[in-house]
Amino acid sequence: MTDATQTTPQRTAAAMSGPRGPKPRRRITPSNIMLYSILFVASVYYLLPLYVMVVTSLKGMPEIRLGNVFSPPVEVTFEPWVKAWSEACTGINCDGLSRGFFNSVNILIPSVVLSIAIASVNGYALANWKFKGSEVFFTILIFGAFIPYQVMIYPIVILLREMGQGISAVTGTDFRLMGSLWGLVIVHSIFGMPILTLLFRNYFTSLPDELFKAARVDGVGFWGIYFRIMLPMSLPIFVVAIILQVTGIWNDFLFGVIYTKPDTYPMTVQLNNIVNSVQGVKEYNVNMAATLLTGLVPLVIYFVSGKLFVRGIAAGAVKG
Amino acid sequence: MAVTEGVRPVAERTSAKRPNRLFKNMTAKIASIPMILTALVVFIGCTLWTIYHSFTKSRLLPAPDKWVGWDQYERLWNTRRWLVSIENLAIYGVCSLVLSLVIGFTLAALLDRKIRGEAVFRTIFLYPFALSFIVTGLVWQWILNPQFGIQQVVRNWGWEGFTFDPLNNAEIVIYGILIAGIWQGSGFIMVIMLAGLRGIDQDIWKASRVEGIPAWKTYIFIIIPMMRPIFVTALVLIAAGIIKVYDLVVAQTSGGPGIASEVPAKYVIEKMFQAQNLGQGFAASTMMLVSVLVVLIPWAYLEFGGKRRD
Amino acid sequence: MKFMRNALVGTTALCAATAVSAADLEVTHWWTSGGEAAAVAEFAKAFDDKTDHTWVDGAIAGSGGTARPIIISRILGGDPMHATQLNHGRQAEELIEAGLMLDLTDVAEAEGWKDLVNPTSLLDSCTVDGRIYCAPVNIHSWQWIWLSHKAFDDAGVSVPTSWDEYVAAAPALESAGKIPLAMGQQPWQSNGAFGVMAIAIAGIDAWSEVNINKNAEVAGGETYAKVFEAAANARAFAEKSNVQDWNQATNLVITGQAGAQIMGDWAQGEFQVAGQTAGQDYTCLPGLGVNEIISTGGDAFYFPKQDDPAIEAAQKEMAALLLSSEVQVNFNLKKGSLPVRGDVDLAAANDCMKKGLEILASGAILPDGNQTFSPDTTGQIEDLMVEFWNDPSYSAADAQARYAEIIADAD
Repeated sequence: MTDATQTTPQRTAAAMSGPRGPKPRRRITPSNIMLYSILFVASVYYLLPLYVMVVTSLKGMPEIRLGNVFSPPVEVTFEPWVKAWSEACTGINCDGLSRGFFNSVNILIPSVVLSIAIASVNGYALANWKFKGSEVFFTILIFGAFIPYQVMIYPIVILLREMGQGISAVTGTDFRLMGSLWGLVIVHSIFGMPILTLLFRNYFTSLPDELFKAARVDGVGFWGIYFRIMLPMSLPIFVVAIILQVTGIWNDFLFGVIYTKPDTYPMTVQLNNIVNSVQGVKEYNVNMAATLLTGLVPLVIYFVSGKLFVRGIAAGAVKG
Repeated sequence: MAVTEGVRPVAERTSAKRPNRLFKNMTAKIASIPMILTALVVFIGCTLWTIYHSFTKSRLLPAPDKWVGWDQYERLWNTRRWLVSIENLAIYGVCSLVLSLVIGFTLAALLDRKIRGEAVFRTIFLYPFALSFIVTGLVWQWILNPQFGIQQVVRNWGWEGFTFDPLNNAEIVIYGILIAGIWQGSGFIMVIMLAGLRGIDQDIWKASRVEGIPAWKTYIFIIIPMMRPIFVTALVLIAAGIIKVYDLVVAQTSGGPGIASEVPAKYVIEKMFQAQNLGQGFAASTMMLVSVLVVLIPWAYLEFGGKRRD
Repeated sequence: MKFMRNALVGTTALCAATAVSAADLEVTHWWTSGGEAAAVAEFAKAFDDKTDHTWVDGAIAGSGGTARPIIISRILGGDPMHATQLNHGRQAEELIEAGLMLDLTDVAEAEGWKDLVNPTSLLDSCTVDGRIYCAPVNIHSWQWIWLSHKAFDDAGVSVPTSWDEYVAAAPALESAGKIPLAMGQQPWQSNGAFGVMAIAIAGIDAWSEVNINKNAEVAGGETYAKVFEAAANARAFAEKSNVQDWNQATNLVITGQAGAQIMGDWAQGEFQVAGQTAGQDYTCLPGLGVNEIISTGGDAFYFPKQDDPAIEAAQKEMAALLLSSEVQVNFNLKKGSLPVRGDVDLAAANDCMKKGLEILASGAILPDGNQTFSPDTTGQIEDLMVEFWNDPSYSAADAQARYAEIIADAD
């Protein structure tokens, strides 16, 4: 699409190759002290909320009422964590966040698989098998990434209903897409498509052409080339796509709240419910434990995959 | 794109035997059906459907036959809540655009100066981006809580009169949300900026040192202009994110106090599903689309227009 | 695609297999505060014990404002729940007209609802074209102010018996470090409190003229100007109350941090959960102690239409059960609301509920806002009220002008 997008792999590779800025002359200089103190102050701002979450979630309610948000717990208790995970109530359902966690997992896995499968094939077709109009569809897709979701939310409710009824009619069962897990999987696949397709298209475009040509001469078909040549070479981009999708889908709230029902609520929606259904006094410690639990999956992925996450974001960044 | 051009003759040659153009690349076309459907049915179809229905008096159910012209738009622009939403979005948008770019670039530039522990700092600045807006909103709601949060801590230090209660003050509540939004998203901009800085040729720095130009001047007058594409990308990304602000407000303030922190996305959802006035919701979402196009079209023009000149 | 189709077929088979004659009925509602959850548990218990079916709870937290969109979009999206709470009145109007709701007329006739339900206006709200589409379960009235004895004792003034006395006592509360008026910040609360003040201050005639006849002249006139001024005054009392939810505001009254709260009779449940006694720890004044009248809004259950006749039978069983005497008593005692049938014995009711029952028996009743305005108009008024109550710079005159505009366009 643009120069920026074309050079993605090279630039992100460069991102890992080390600093390019001017070389500081000595270790301790006034400007170096300045530099580090700015970085430390910034670090405090970024770390504070994480610290507050952890500290608050380990205190008992009496201690919270007496102290302030920053004081470390005098008496460490894991009670709030237990409560947030398995006891916090929404109405008469008191099974905490655990249900939301498993719902999120159930939504996450098929959504990630389906969206990446579709997008990688799209990207492959766009890069190597262009047909008349393929660029037009691609452009629409990219513009679609910028259409506010609110514009499409309601018609999609209708689409899901019609699709559900269509499937029911064909299979002779009472099948519903709206409110079910599969409806949400489809929605996630649709809205993940633009960015992922762009990523894959750029990646496949950057692969050496000779391989593709040689395989064509040997008479290998569309799927043959995809599975035997393209897939084995594209592990890095798949990792990037998986990271982007896992964090994106896990953190979704809007689609979860509109296209599912309480039974299938993802964790973010349930978190908001638990925090906002107050019985008596607000239990801040339980709320913070619940908040941390919800953030745990993307945080772990982030901390574990470290550099890959950065690369994924930098690559996703040039989606426009 | 240039790369794929080379492929085309091959594909054409092999399929030239086939009689019908429609069957050319048939497998590729079939494989692209999900993409084609998404592009046509969802992105184009649903958008047009919404725009059409914004001119109707649809209440709880879509009513394509009750045409009312511009009525919904007239009412929209006469509604205080919508105007407050737009104003909030403008303040939030401009501030987060400027702050994200400034903070993102500054942090990236600092990290690029061959410091110790670069990976640690980068991790610290970026981790909030892994968290959802719901989590972000709830944490900052807690930190900004007047009874237990920052305000109380500073008062305990001895500054009794200290007041910092943005979430309950209509005048500054949007800045309370801004603090959380910047916290979540600026690390992301930093990573993009860092990638951009790493793409700058080392010789530029050598040359500027030989010339004796101070580092800050080099950044402002040489580096930043060179990073124009990166800045444009960052700008478009931030802008596209801003218009979608919804979860953060829902979690942090629910639009309060009063209607002081309402945003357009929330107005749309509530009018559509809560006030049972679909037409009004559609009109508001169409206005959101228009404002996205206002950002997108000049950008596309700059990008593609620039390319054509090459 | 093949993978997907197989997976879809697989899931459907699974869904179909679980549908057996003893039905699991999913019930959505937004009763999530302590007292409310205790009340809804009574429904669930009765349904599980007395029928072969199972109550599957689908509580949606937040408030009606959060829950209704979810309920409605699911019905529209072809995934209706089996039963759902809604406020009876106009919220379900279009859904009924579109044929999405189950007709309960045969249940109503078999159970004799026409003779049992008191006041009859409740059943009228459920009726469209002579057919009955909902089961009213309780009567809730908005017109109450709840006063904390502890707060007034601490401030050294006696507990007021009317709105005027309360206004006079407010400065004393303030100087004792109390919040005179507890107010949550959700839009429906602001709107409700204003409505209550309107009945007390502008009087019943003016209120009816505006709310029922949609008379914009009265809404913009002098009588209503007094209401707006009183509300602007009360706004200052509530300035330091910065909680969100209504039950957090009630909690301020329970703990004596705040002097009073204008809130519907569902607040009763919270006092009960906190172990407080009416007349001893707190006082309730219907109609702000001025006009003893109550509105008869409330909650009703609607049963979205299903294809499965077994489910439909279970839905009808539930509808009948919800109005049975025993369930009505157990539920309403916990909920703090009034039963919808006049023939049940509420000896266990406390002072406040008894006051409500007396007023109901005397016939001093009004329709509820949900019955008179469309959700769209209600939404507009809520937007106005929540801004007015929270923005001290919004003058009473400006707010009134806007209010009159909304009433003029109301439907």
